[in-house]
Amino acid sequence: MTAMLPGDLKPEQFNAYPPEAKKLALDYLPAFQRVPPSFLPSLLREVIEYDYKFPVERRALQRELENLRSLSASDNTDWFREFSAIQLSPALEKFDWVNNPAQYVEQLSAHLWTTHQMDAFRRAAINYAERLRSAVPPEAPTQPRMGIAIIGQGVDKPDEPLFRKLRPQGAYFTAVNPENGLPQLLDAVTTRAKASPTPYGHWYIDGGRALSHDASLTCVSYEGLASARTALLERIQNETRRSGVGPESLRTTMAQLRPADLGFNPSGDEILDRFQVKLLTEGSGTQIFSTSFTQWAAREALRRAQPVSLLVRFAPRQRQKPMVELLAPSNAPPQLDLLGSLVDADMGAYYNWINQQRLPGSEKSMFLVWFENHKEAVAISPALPRGTVSAAAATLPQLLSWMA
Amino acid sequence: MTSPVQISQQLSFTRREFLRSASGLVLGSALLDSSPLVSGVTPQSKRKVIVITFGGGARDQETFAPEGQENIPHLMKELIPQSSFFTQVVNRGILGHYVATASLATGAYETFNNFAAVSPDSPTVFEYFRKERKRPASDAWVVAPSNGFNRIGESSNRAYGPGTGARVILPKHLLSAASSGATDYSHLLRDSYETPLYAPQLGGNTFELEQMENLLKLSVDDFKNHALTLSSADELSVYIVRQLMKQLAPSLLWVTLHDIDVAHAGAYSLYIEGIRRTDRLCGELWKLAQSEPEYAGKTTLLILPDFGRDADEDAGGNGFQHHRTGDVPSRTTWMMALGSGIREGVVFDRRLDSLDLVPTIGSMMGFSASQSHGHPITELL
Repeated sequence: MTAMLPGDLKPEQFNAYPPEAKKLALDYLPAFQRVPPSFLPSLLREVIEYDYKFPVERRALQRELENLRSLSASDNTDWFREFSAIQLSPALEKFDWVNNPAQYVEQLSAHLWTTHQMDAFRRAAINYAERLRSAVPPEAPTQPRMGIAIIGQGVDKPDEPLFRKLRPQGAYFTAVNPENGLPQLLDAVTTRAKASPTPYGHWYIDGGRALSHDASLTCVSYEGLASARTALLERIQNETRRSGVGPESLRTTMAQLRPADLGFNPSGDEILDRFQVKLLTEGSGTQIFSTSFTQWAAREALRRAQPVSLLVRFAPRQRQKPMVELLAPSNAPPQLDLLGSLVDADMGAYYNWINQQRLPGSEKSMFLVWFENHKEAVAISPALPRGTVSAAAATLPQLLSWMA
Repeated sequence: MTSPVQISQQLSFTRREFLRSASGLVLGSALLDSSPLVSGVTPQSKRKVIVITFGGGARDQETFAPEGQENIPHLMKELIPQSSFFTQVVNRGILGHYVATASLATGAYETFNNFAAVSPDSPTVFEYFRKERKRPASDAWVVAPSNGFNRIGESSNRAYGPGTGARVILPKHLLSAASSGATDYSHLLRDSYETPLYAPQLGGNTFELEQMENLLKLSVDDFKNHALTLSSADELSVYIVRQLMKQLAPSLLWVTLHDIDVAHAGAYSLYIEGIRRTDRLCGELWKLAQSEPEYAGKTTLLILPDFGRDADEDAGGNGFQHHRTGDVPSRTTWMMALGSGIREGVVFDRRLDSLDLVPTIGSMMGFSASQSHGHPITELL
């Protein structure tokens, strides 16, 4: 096979793309033909998934493509100068990156590490992202974002002080009334969803079994994916038993899995189902530890769907077991590591806050973390002083009202 | 925007300040050339060197930063006061554990696939040592965590190669062979945290079960019974190191610890547990080196991570979980040296390259690492 360059792209090469992705690709084909091969496959990796992207992702991708199309020839050269300097291997140049952009990007990554070009590529990517952000500012949220994290389910007393990383960012409350805390927080998110309904705009993620909730919330739960996890682990076991299966081919196999392969209902929400499959096939540890799943699900929901409301409830994960045992589906109830899970969730809540703050509108964003069924919480908001401690009695709805 | 060099220097500065406040260390430039605190220097021909890679990558905030120091009490209270500490060791290579450890062992950035069972291209420190010093195979050993490290003992370089490097012991592989299908030991047998679903086939100059009784004077039953008392693979590695030191007393011993890399599973508490265990095992190994007659007073211990982990602030990563972004914290780490010929209680800010390790060991033990791309660390010589 000969080298395939962006300038040689033809419309028929996109015939295998899903319908809306194909239409998008054909609309912007002239723009694709002007960018270097070290950059384009990364863009096509997003384009080929267009049909299964969340609304905010679609709009962002369209704006990026429109910006590309609007660049003059000299601007185009200027924007991609650093990417053009990246040297590719003959094998990469011959790779079918139009139809397999994700696999190409994985091989490109290995090539960049091997040839010591990773730092140059990283600089190019950061500079491109900054230019894009200036030229096409990200979409502001329709209302200030509200993130809530609930940690410590089942723990009576922590071994170490909680919220050490989040306390400096907000107000630490030590006399919160825990009664009905869980339904109160779920009600608060539901109220926001009903007041400002937006597709995939209000999320509830549970590391265990999801509580009964209103349909206005987009819900993902670890228990809800139990059968999909079992199906995935069985597939992994079967793959690894085959000789010659290395990590790269295993990753490729996992990346090709679709919701139907893991037993999802064919009449379900395909966008959400694909999101959930990716949580399990692309996340590390998400298949076996509920705390890893919950943190990663929140990260990906924030990065991709950019919700204005996100309630995340961490649940206990199973104790660490050998991978062989972890990967073998069993009907025996797992032993739980309550204290370890609290430590995981405390860090996970910190990462939820960081990931929320990466989104547009961060100057107005609010974040609440609560030790489930206990009196401790940290509230972070422009309306509350940072690094303060309050021993005043308060309910969770009161905290939320003070944050607004 | 802050440049990578500035970020690296900031990391170095903060490590130095933390250490000075916590351990009473002094800045190296003030003492160099005149320090009365140099441990007695052993002749090159009798010197022993032990290298411990502080396995799996650890970040400042979980180790040397104020909030992390509770996780490394043995390093902070016992080892650092006796050490020369380097605050800024930069790894410019591939951030995968096998290829990065191989680069440390060759002094050249290796570029092979991290998950392939291949030998390094450049000669290893073990080959330089044995060839130039005319040492037998029993004098250079590697104890490593997983099948992926089985070829780290010797390179594919034509001037060296098979039979000229270190013997490699993979304790988990031994345990697997010893247990011959029994499940009691399976909690120790995970091959790799980077790709937990895959274990490369073995090959190379690895140490097999039947040699254990002859060389280490350790029966298979004793080995199996002891393994049952352990909670981690690194504890098993240290148990084997103990036997090696007692029975063979190699001059050059390389120990790669790896428990910390459980971080890839995303559970922060397990990552912290790994750091605390590694800290304890480093302390135990140093005590052992001081108590074994073959090692006491003539051993230099070098401890360094292979690399760091991703920063919380880098949007391309997921914090402590991985080392994939190539950002400055994932590339910048530290090294401590203690024992024979080493200045005690000194901290150095100078930027080192992780490739400098091999030529430094060469200068300590009397061989030249001619194909290494690093430079001897003068502060240790």
